[in-house]
Amino acid sequence: MARKIRVLIAKPGLDGHDRGAKVVARALRDAGMEVIYTGLHQSPEQIVQTALQEDVDAIGLSSLSGSHDVLFPRVMELVRKNRMKVLVTAGGIIPEEDVPALRKCGIAAVFGPGTSIEEIVKFHKDRLGRRS
Amino acid sequence: MNYTTLARSIIRGDRKAAARLISVVEDEEEGYGEAMDMIFSASGRAGVLGITGAPGVGKSTLVFELAKGFRKEGKSVGIVAVDPTSPLTGGAILGDRIRMSELSSDPGVFIRSMGSRGGTGGLSLQASATVRILDALGCEEIIVETVGAGQTQVDIMGLADTVVVVTMPGSGDEVQSIKAGLLEIADIYVVNKMDLPGSMSTAADLRAMIDLVEDWKGWKPPVLLASASGARGLEEVAGSIRRHREWFSDPEAHMERRASQARKEIYDIIASGILRAISSAVTDEEMGELVRLVAERKMSPYDAARKVAGSALPGADLYKAL
Ligand code: B12
Ligand SMILES: Nc1nc2c(ncn2[C@@H]2O[C@H](COP(=O)(O)OP(=O)(O)OP(=O)(O)O)[C@@H](O)[C@H]2O)c(=O)[nH]1
Ligand SMILES: [Mg+2]
Repeated sequence: MARKIRVLIAKPGLDGHDRGAKVVARALRDAGMEVIYTGLHQSPEQIVQTALQEDVDAIGLSSLSGSHDVLFPRVMELVRKNRMKVLVTAGGIIPEEDVPALRKCGIAAVFGPGTSIEEIVKFHKDRLGRRS
Repeated sequence: MNYTTLARSIIRGDRKAAARLISVVEDEEEGYGEAMDMIFSASGRAGVLGITGAPGVGKSTLVFELAKGFRKEGKSVGIVAVDPTSPLTGGAILGDRIRMSELSSDPGVFIRSMGSRGGTGGLSLQASATVRILDALGCEEIIVETVGAGQTQVDIMGLADTVVVVTMPGSGDEVQSIKAGLLEIADIYVVNKMDLPGSMSTAADLRAMIDLVEDWKGWKPPVLLASASGARGLEEVAGSIRRHREWFSDPEAHMERRASQARKEIYDIIASGILRAISSAVTDEEMGELVRLVAERKMSPYDAARKVAGSALPGADLYKAL
């Protein structure tokens, strides 16, 4: 049987914008992946515990409210603490000048508004192998 | 990776190892049988509760409330939530957790979402292995939510000690569909969303239907009204589950069910194991060639099946079986 790619799409913090997260979730599903969607208002602890229980290959963080600079690094800290091998990507409203710091703490890529769905799907397929 | 090492870690309570072994089984990677033997020996203590019913009736919300109840009693809880896999792409959006997110950082709760993948009876074929793994991990109560898919969720009977069929007020179709497939499997009926109009008459319809059956062999399914999101009637649901469990713990009562559960699980393991073994005897190219011949009507699908099986089982009389 083919190994199936499992991805967690998570909405950290109080941000209520969920369109982008849902668009990405559907696109990855249509590409044959299993996508776990957490719903809104997740703490970094909840996100990382969910990723651990669900044994996902990737975590996608979506934030449009400007709280990425605190919440994303906290997620990465917990990922490391739990010694998880997982690809972490992010998207939403994230100013260009914040990207280097996020990359430095281990986030593999940041996708802003207008990114094509094809690009996001391709990135996950390339990074996670042809397992799906 | 050595799967028996994973099994040992799980038995010691390692949640990450449990998550990993579940994926191994789901992906049907080779060689996890021995690990599952160890898991089997370390399991058997958990109570297993099944929650089934049509899409959107409130299964996940009810699972969340029941799980909170178990937590209040100090019990650890495992939840297996199955959502449908798209037959076209093989992908799935697993969204049952949305209703349970309050539990996702509770160290006494382990929630696993599964796509139905090949399963057609409302569960994934690997759901019973997943339940065993959570049992061996130490979960005292395990709740399984099936796909909400209408009439064919009978698989849950092969897995759970107690099956709750959830419905809600609305069209009479609801009761109609229960008649057609779920009547035999329910131990308890919950008419959820009792805050909506029509719940009394839905309950009355269900009771009338149940009354038509004369011999319930010691357990007649109660029909309960509840509101999972409004936290009403949940004590009664939990009480009925407890009573059913007491009744079911009598070996006389449950031997028949246990036997049919065992039979189904053995056949499932044979079916998936044999399919895996046989499929791996031909290369993707060989399989592609057979597929092309059948699609072009140059070969019968039976003949193709015999060719594939024949290369894995030389000497077997395949004309009898296929
Ligand atoms: C629609 C919208 C809303 C809707 C949201 C509906 C919903 N359910 O999502 C409503 C009207 C509710 C709303 C409310 C608010 N909004 Co508003 N909203 C927008 C708007 C116009 C579009 C967002 C959107 O849906 N885009 C479409 C989706 C598909 O795009 P996307 O999310 O960017 O996703 C793409 C990429 O970013 C990426 N992506 C996103 N997530 C992820 C995740 C992963 C893993 C990956 C790989 C990729 C990825 O892929 C997607 C496809 O390309 C933006 C402005 C803008 N142009 O972005 C403002 C905006 C986000 N909102 C803003 C604000 C301030 C608010 C409010 C606070 C307004 C208020 N004062 O009340 C509230 C807050 C609501 C809350 N609780 O959080 C600001 C945020 C400013 C900031 N960050 O500093 C923005 C930027 C507008 C602005 N220019 O000021 N909003
Ligand atoms: N009015 C009302 N709504 C409820 C009640 N319980 C749940 N809901 C709502 O019903 C909707 C579906 O609930 P879920 O728990 O996701 O239902 P489900 O059966 O798990 O759905 P699927 O898994 O998609 O089949 C949600 O919007 C809930 O908030 C209730 O008692 N009353
Ligand atoms: Mg559900």
